[in-house]
Amino acid sequence: MTVTDKEYESAFGQPLRRKEDAHLITGQTRWVDNLSAPGMLYAAYLRSPMAHAKIRVNTEPAKSYPGVVAVYSAADFGEAQAVIPDAWTVHPEMKKPVMTPLATDEVRYVGEPIAVVVAETRYQAADALEAIDVDYEPLTAVVDLEEAVKDEALVHSSIGTNTCFYIESPGEDYQAAKARAESEGGVVISRRFRQQRLLPTPMEPRAVLVVPTMDDVTVYAATQIPHVLRLLLAMLTGQPEHKLRVVAPDVGGGFGGKINCLTEEIIGVHLARRLGRPVKWTESRSENFLQMHHGRAQIQDIEIAATREGKLLGLKVDLIADLGAGLRLFTAGVPMFGAAMFNAIYKMDAYQFNCRTVFTNLTPTDAYRGAGRPEATYAIERMMDELAAELGMDPIEVRRKNWIEHHEFPYTTISGSVYDSGNYEAATDRAVELFDYDALRAEQKARRERGDRKQIGIGVSTFTEACGLAPSRVMGQLGVGAGGWERAEIRVTLTGKIQVVSGSTPHGQGHWTAWSQLVSDKLGVPFEDVELLAGDTATGPQGMDTYGSRSLVVGGSAIVKACDKVIEKAKRVAAHTLEANPDDLEFANGVFTVKGSPGPQISFVEVAAATQLAHNLPDGMEPSLNSAYTFDPVNLSYPHGTHLCAVEIDTETGWTEIYRYACVDDVGTVVNPMIVEGQIHGGLVQGIAQALFEEAVYDDAGNLITGTLVDYLVPSAADVPSFLTDRTETPSTDNPIGAKGVGEAGCIASTPAVVNAIVDALRPLGINDVQMPCTPERVWRAIQSAKGGAA
Amino acid sequence: MSPSSCTARLEKTLVAINVNVDGRSASHDVEPRLLLVHYLRDVLGKGGTPVGCDTSNCGACTVSLNGQSVKSCTVLAVQADGADVLTIEGLADTVDSDLHPVQEAFRECHGLQCGYCTPGMIMASVDLLKENPNPSEAEIREGLEGNLCRCTGYHNIVRAVQTAAAAMGSGVTA
Repeated sequence: MTVTDKEYESAFGQPLRRKEDAHLITGQTRWVDNLSAPGMLYAAYLRSPMAHAKIRVNTEPAKSYPGVVAVYSAADFGEAQAVIPDAWTVHPEMKKPVMTPLATDEVRYVGEPIAVVVAETRYQAADALEAIDVDYEPLTAVVDLEEAVKDEALVHSSIGTNTCFYIESPGEDYQAAKARAESEGGVVISRRFRQQRLLPTPMEPRAVLVVPTMDDVTVYAATQIPHVLRLLLAMLTGQPEHKLRVVAPDVGGGFGGKINCLTEEIIGVHLARRLGRPVKWTESRSENFLQMHHGRAQIQDIEIAATREGKLLGLKVDLIADLGAGLRLFTAGVPMFGAAMFNAIYKMDAYQFNCRTVFTNLTPTDAYRGAGRPEATYAIERMMDELAAELGMDPIEVRRKNWIEHHEFPYTTISGSVYDSGNYEAATDRAVELFDYDALRAEQKARRERGDRKQIGIGVSTFTEACGLAPSRVMGQLGVGAGGWERAEIRVTLTGKIQVVSGSTPHGQGHWTAWSQLVSDKLGVPFEDVELLAGDTATGPQGMDTYGSRSLVVGGSAIVKACDKVIEKAKRVAAHTLEANPDDLEFANGVFTVKGSPGPQISFVEVAAATQLAHNLPDGMEPSLNSAYTFDPVNLSYPHGTHLCAVEIDTETGWTEIYRYACVDDVGTVVNPMIVEGQIHGGLVQGIAQALFEEAVYDDAGNLITGTLVDYLVPSAADVPSFLTDRTETPSTDNPIGAKGVGEAGCIASTPAVVNAIVDALRPLGINDVQMPCTPERVWRAIQSAKGGAA
Repeated sequence: MSPSSCTARLEKTLVAINVNVDGRSASHDVEPRLLLVHYLRDVLGKGGTPVGCDTSNCGACTVSLNGQSVKSCTVLAVQADGADVLTIEGLADTVDSDLHPVQEAFRECHGLQCGYCTPGMIMASVDLLKENPNPSEAEIREGLEGNLCRCTGYHNIVRAVQTAAAAMGSGVTA
């Protein structure tokens, strides 16, 4: 068999159409809610309508409802109930309150599960919920972050404080930098920013189907983390890990929201085992908004000191982070993940980082697209624009004065990160060109001079982020109770077809396509001859799953390294067949040839057949080409980019529209540019949504007012523009692909770009900040207030 | 209401319906409160139409009812009695052939990522192009206002609809 060179070379770096699309565009999907099993029952959960209350639960009245098979509260599980797990010990003395899957005697946020009904149909299960009798004895709800700090009312009386931990770094260096700025005629600028609470909102809510078979249990879950989930469920339910299979079939988005192990998964295993029947639970959107962890939720007090020339001297960050009512897997770590990112791409002499995390009677927070990095990037990028305004400089010029230059990599930042590579100049130059920066500045000037009703503002955001969560050793030092490696297995069939087993679990990122491109490129087999097996612990028992833009960086690297092992063995078989020395062979485009000889050759596919037929192998050789590799990188990866946004604001109404958006991202080596661009687009809109639309709003009693998609404004196509995108490619030096990660980039960079643009438009009125989300009302009020009117 | 009266109410009021779904007729006795989307999914096994919200905002469950796109979580199954319903599964004959130009365009333009909103987005786009075969970008964005996507940022969805419009206008059959 021969295959042309062209087919082999075409895969890597090409915008190939996605393999996964055929079934998604025709409705041949396997969402968890599409699955069923013989004898399947439906579960529904009663959730607290109060933010904080003592409870007494009587499930008896619900048991006689039509179709009801069982009704349970915490009391029915006793010790077996275990706890909602957390996995990040940020500080040895941090407070870890116990939260159980079903509330025992106290509820601590609206939506907290109290009891579960299992019935023959989903409507019957929902019906019976209303018959469960719960006595609520209200307690004071802690809703406001700054109130929580005072400890006047406690979320968890057992731990005696609402503060989970407080970390303070020595401030002498920063005080010296500040003193220098003040004595030398420089500037010191302080701002308070609020990171509003956000709801991750994957389009598919969570869902779980648990199927018991003899003493095995299979859990089908809409999750990003089937491998971690299997481990946690084994620890929490007593179902042995080797008799527990977790499958994430088609998963309809995650954005970090599906990296937890919650009530419905833990209790679901108990229900299926106890009742001996499959049990399915499907989340409604309203439940999703109450129970899936929320994101962001910080108050940030930021201060920078700089010289009169615009050179940064020091940065001080004081955070209060809202953890919500308790700890989930990575809750406590999220604000700390930002700790190393506030200094961003800039050089400075001093950095002080203080962080207080507090409990409130609100839904717990955890990782949401970017997790700590969007918060950090927002703060520093807003401050860079404030610095430029204070000094009367162009905001791009201020960044040029402070960023790490191309020739300075690798660079150890003030917070201790080692950035392997980057080229901020190239990305910025290209973005300025794409955006037509000078023309827009001229238009802005003209409109200001004319006093137009509609003014434009221009916002700049240069950023980097830490992706590819690993190395395991570093994660251990940070207190994360998990490793950061990823595993891949290459299975070679007799006919030369390839199955890739990956521990990285897709939920929309295009793994089928990109992974096939990697393998096709390495082994020289057609793209179509590669199939991915992922999201099932039965076929791929080991993995660390998908979050933090780690799939290609860590999981893809594991695939490449596993392919190298396949080639290494195939070369020995080829050499044996060709009666040559393995060292004399070279492998390119799927064919082994003898160096410098036009003569004998053998294709990879022929070697695959020969290896499995095993009629003529070197003595003692195992008749298989299958190989596996577990990759644990030496460093995080640091993609970067420059985003430029122009907004047009109607100064009479506060109505804000994005006028032009251009960005240049550098995500290292690109395997499929179409997929990369698509992820940038999606991230941009999520970041823009934080700037303009989305906020989880609570009333004083802790009720989520924005509890449905009617109230929580996820933007539609009509609310956002199209984008100008381009990229530069500065490969990572720390993994074999050179990839850096892309999933979160747009989301991290766009929020400050948009708000900087809004503030830039309004600055002539004396406005230097607008709180997110910058709704028309907030913008209008800011304008009225600046004009001295009633607002 | 006591459990027994609840049972009585539900069981006495089952309603017989006849619906033509994706070219095949179906007859069932259903509860009057049964939503069309649950009828399609749980009774007929039409898993291609997913549920994304409980407020008719997200549009993931959009299907065609007598030629008009509707959110099937906002229609009772009994309201579909005697109607023709077209779902994403009936839009094309098979996975490998005869894709609708809108389906083709979504794949061509990378108009989907996780794919959860995609059936509804495609059904809404088909309806949009029926009403307006040559829409502007603004008209496409307005026309898809009732369908939310969290992955794509809509940029490529808009391109997909433009591409489909061009393909259908150039004589490719719908």
